Amino acid sequence: MRMMSLFIRIIRQFLHDKRTLALLILAPILVLTLLYLVFNGEDYTPKIGTAGLPAPVEQRLAEGKAGITSFSSLQDAVEALKAGSIDAYVFIEEGKPIVKLEGSDPSKSKAVLLFIGNTLGHTSEPTSSGASESPLVEPGNLPQPIVQYLHGGPDMTTFDNLGSVFIGVFTFFYVFLIAGVSFLKERTSGTLERLLATPLRRHEIVIGYMLGFGLFTGIQSLVIAAFSIHVLGLMLVGSIWYVLLITVLISATALSFGILLSSFAGSEFQLMQFIPLVIVPQVFFSGLFNLESMSPWISWLSHIMPLAYGADALKSVMIKGEGWSSIAFDVYVLAGLCIVFMSANIIALRKHRAL
Amino acid sequence: MSQSESISLCLQAHKICRSIGAREIISDVSLNINKQEIFGFLGPSGSGKTTLIKILAGIDKATSGEITLLGTALPHLSMMKKIGYMAQSDALYHDLTAKENLDFFGSLFGLKGQHFMRRQREVLELVGLESHAKKMVQAYSGGMKRRLSLAIALIHEPEVLILDEPTVGIDPSLRLMIWNELYRLCRSGVTILLTTHVMDEAEKCHRLGMILDGRLIATGTPEELKQTARGTTMEEAFLYYGGIRK
Repeated sequence: MRMMSLFIRIIRQFLHDKRTLALLILAPILVLTLLYLVFNGEDYTPKIGTAGLPAPVEQRLAEGKAGITSFSSLQDAVEALKAGSIDAYVFIEEGKPIVKLEGSDPSKSKAVLLFIGNTLGHTSEPTSSGASESPLVEPGNLPQPIVQYLHGGPDMTTFDNLGSVFIGVFTFFYVFLIAGVSFLKERTSGTLERLLATPLRRHEIVIGYMLGFGLFTGIQSLVIAAFSIHVLGLMLVGSIWYVLLITVLISATALSFGILLSSFAGSEFQLMQFIPLVIVPQVFFSGLFNLESMSPWISWLSHIMPLAYGADALKSVMIKGEGWSSIAFDVYVLAGLCIVFMSANIIALRKHRAL
Repeated sequence: MSQSESISLCLQAHKICRSIGAREIISDVSLNINKQEIFGFLGPSGSGKTTLIKILAGIDKATSGEITLLGTALPHLSMMKKIGYMAQSDALYHDLTAKENLDFFGSLFGLKGQHFMRRQREVLELVGLESHAKKMVQAYSGGMKRRLSLAIALIHEPEVLILDEPTVGIDPSLRLMIWNELYRLCRSGVTILLTTHVMDEAEKCHRLGMILDGRLIATGTPEELKQTARGTTMEEAFLYYGGIRK
């Protein structure tokens, strides 16, 4: 029966291509595990600093579910907020409590405000069936706290927070795919071998590819950034030039990385199989999700994800409006990775020609 | 070896072996190829012809053994300019026109200006594609792609032409045309190495090397090979040297 012979042929093909088979099963497991780890993170515990609060209020805050740090001066609290070691600080000015939020991550801001509201807020009104600690009433006499932001503001949406990361993610993803597939085509169509029968040197091939694709990915970066800022109204506090520098570096990294991985793939199909292995985890760890609520060893993974550096730098520029000094490290890491991947490509081409 | 002998030699291969892992693909091949001759490698598919010819072209590297091409040990990047290579598969960019392909490959050999334009016209005319130069390669037929590959191999006027199955999938009249061109190039001083698995085509070469399981089982002119084997056809000769018919 022809149908059965087809059936057997397909089984045989799969058995010959063990990697496809493994990926068919392992990739979904991997992605599901990551999703579990990301969404199963515990509720975020806000880190709040206090400066010069009356003792009963201080005590009241300390009893709640938050990390409270008591600063001796307001200046120390301001520094801690800028450094990102706390999410907000509370102080009293002219008799009114003021909550100063770091503000770049709306989900953290919400957690802080919820906590402050629950502990200091309307405690004069008994809460429904009221089994909770409402008897400790004194601090409740404080007026409604005033909320201030270091970055962003109450109007800042989750999109503003995530959009900057998405710019990095999309740039990386598409450049990776296109570069990978076209270099693969070069190999499978025999043109790479043909190139190696010319005086062309290996590093010239790699750099030539970087340049040719660099032009188009540069245009891509420009279009993506311009579209999200001007059309989608994505928040941009810092310089657009820094945004472009970072996106160009992200695409250069993706480009060299895509070419490198293409030499480990035998077909376009196998290249696609790298997506759940190398792209999806990077997306998870690039700042779309709050890493602080995960176990430390998982959040540590972000240090080995190129995209995490790009996304961090984009966030710094676009939301916090920071300058060169705060993105320099990310920029150097991306540039360094790019050089590492390119060198690896030049070495990988040895497989095709010794010279 | 005398001085005159080394001058007339184009390529010397000494005890070439090539293995991938534990498997030996080419075993102990030694041969000399003279200048201005058409040397054919004849053997069934899978016998190692392509691997051998790639090693001789300096693309692949022998695991052991030495190759000297025009007095220079291979592989050597500068020798790439002296070799015109045509791969078994049509290594063309399908999303470019024929002229753009020529532009690209020619520029890799440093061709430019008036001379380059003239060369492009010459090679396109030679393979009969001058009226299709501006067509995208993806619209080409199989034979046209083969001809364009040959044109690309010739673009930089190489001293040595290395062709892997040059006439596969080409109709008889075009095949004749290509062979006439190969003879003409040979007379003008070019040395030609080619592979084939077609017996009657092998007879068109000046000298032949028979390849079986990665070993060079016999070399000589087609006439010599047939005579020694006491056969009348190349097939008989091949079977004789392969030890299948004693």
